[in-house]
Amino acid sequence: MKVAASRATENLIGFMTILRREYDRIIRIWGQTLVPPAMTSTLYFIIFGGLIGARVGSFDGIPYMQFIAPGLIMMAVITTSYGNVVSSFFGAKFGKHIEELLVAPLPPSLILLGYLGGGLIRGLLVGALVTVVTLLFTHIRVDHPWLVVASVVLTSLTFALGGFINAVFAKTFDQINWFPTFVLTPLTYFGGVFYSITVLPGWAQSLSHANPVLYMVNTFRYGFYSRSDVNLTVAWSLMVATVGVLFALAYVLLKRGTGVRD
Amino acid sequence: MLALSLRGLTKTYKNGNQALKGIDLDVEEGDFFALLGPNGAGKTTTIGIVTSLVNKTAGHVSVFGIDTDLELERAKSCIGLIPQEMNFNMFETPQAIVENQAGFYGIPRRLARERTEKYLRQMQLWDRRKSMARSLSGGMKRRLMIARALVHEPRLLILDEPTAGVDIEIRRSMWEFLTEINAAGTTIILTTHYLEEAESLCRNIAIIDRGHIAMHDTMPNVLRRLQSEVFVLNLHDPAAAVPALPAMGVKQIDPVTLEVELNKDQDLNAVFAVLSAAGLRVMSMRNKVNRLEELFMRLVSQEAPGATGSVP
Ligand SMILES: Nc1ncnc2c1ncn2[C@@H]1O[C@H](COP(=O)(O)OP(=O)(O)OP(=O)(O)O)[C@@H](O)[C@H]1O
Ligand SMILES: [Mg+2]
Repeated sequence: MKVAASRATENLIGFMTILRREYDRIIRIWGQTLVPPAMTSTLYFIIFGGLIGARVGSFDGIPYMQFIAPGLIMMAVITTSYGNVVSSFFGAKFGKHIEELLVAPLPPSLILLGYLGGGLIRGLLVGALVTVVTLLFTHIRVDHPWLVVASVVLTSLTFALGGFINAVFAKTFDQINWFPTFVLTPLTYFGGVFYSITVLPGWAQSLSHANPVLYMVNTFRYGFYSRSDVNLTVAWSLMVATVGVLFALAYVLLKRGTGVRD
Repeated sequence: MLALSLRGLTKTYKNGNQALKGIDLDVEEGDFFALLGPNGAGKTTTIGIVTSLVNKTAGHVSVFGIDTDLELERAKSCIGLIPQEMNFNMFETPQAIVENQAGFYGIPRRLARERTEKYLRQMQLWDRRKSMARSLSGGMKRRLMIARALVHEPRLLILDEPTAGVDIEIRRSMWEFLTEINAAGTTIILTTHYLEEAESLCRNIAIIDRGHIAMHDTMPNVLRRLQSEVFVLNLHDPAAAVPALPAMGVKQIDPVTLEVELNKDQDLNAVFAVLSAAGLRVMSMRNKVNRLEELFMRLVSQEAPGATGSVP
């Protein structure tokens, strides 16, 4: 019993150490980790929200600037959660310091959770930062704060897991850029960040339903304005299931040592 | 108790490379053990399997009686590794690197801080604790890896060529330090290409060649197996001809240098008697190579690929 308890304490210390190291990394290279998303969303607000948005009008009575705000926050969370884990874990593989974790008595699940925690921390930090930027341009209403939090956490975890899996398989720096460029960015742009899918023709609406980002953006937007393009029960179930499946996959890969152990 | 026990360990890499072909090895607790072998013999692979950096293909590993297949985490917490190649984050500071490693082993932060200071001081890196690791010299980087491996005070310390690229002064102080912690109870396994290092530090030795254990014995026993020894003699005046030394191999390297090979049962007096009679004055004498080195060369060049067993 005492042994089990001390093992648990040691595991907790190990996990917190990974988390702290990830946090230190985010802060140490803040110019790469925190500034760019804030910058990008500022530009989006000026161009789409301010210049173009004025001509677009509103969706469901929500002014365009306010309509896109949750989507833009979500977009920043998605890219940074993914980017943090993929570059931190791939960097650790590439620089071999992943071995520091592999030799230590840490179960693989905790190593995985540590990296996911890093992605979550950066996702939430950036999300908060973009929210601050948003408030400089417009005001937002929050109808369901807990749904906002649940949605952003699930989304951040999903893409942190995606980044982890990408890093496991990547052998070169090119391969950690491929997925974000050719898959992540298109999915995000077509995920209803800038528009409601109700403006699309029927076939495009159906196709959009195959895009996981659509569900994330809509649950998130629902948390603010109580409006959604998708069925919420379906959306939440899909999001929880996705996190579960990706976690199981990432865990098996790490336990086997795929990409990190010969 | 055995600090390390390997049974039937094999490793075939994904590219089909058969690095280990069935390694059996026991290292007693408290031992100072040398694992020697030429480049590519399988030393790093063996160590990698013991420390969970390489997946084994077959076989068993146990550390202080703990089977790594059953209680991996508990086994891992007993081992400290100084790897052959640098494997820390070049953008972190020595202090962060060592302190984090303590954390990964579950050591509470305050104790981790104290230990970090202790071992960085011991490795003469405390002054550089806030430099970026990248900016350390090669020898400092190696010492950093030693401090990092010691921070959880492992019962078994494995060093994969710790003194490669380390200057003589530091190498000597590292030897002293290793001898000290070994005396205090830490089991040490060392690989090295400096055979005099192994000869002077280690009590037991295994020679691994092409994925097999070619020899596994105590250091004195291993050295005793050497049948002959070569001495190099420097003469005062040039010798006109090679002196006749019956039953000894004699070679004249240049007019003032002779090489004489003696079997175990022959004595040097006979050599000197003959040389004196010939009017040759011997100014100095030395062993041709380190004895272990000679044995090593013979063993490794004799072994046919795929052969097992020990030297004749
Ligand atoms: N990741 C790998 N993939 C394929 N083959 C490998 C890999 N790592 C090592 N090998 C091969 O396994 C064999 C043993 O290598 P290992 O690194 O264990 O040798 P070593 O005894 O440590 O040599 P050295 O003295 O040069 O460090 C070599 O033939 C090597 O080429
Ligand atoms: Mg090696």
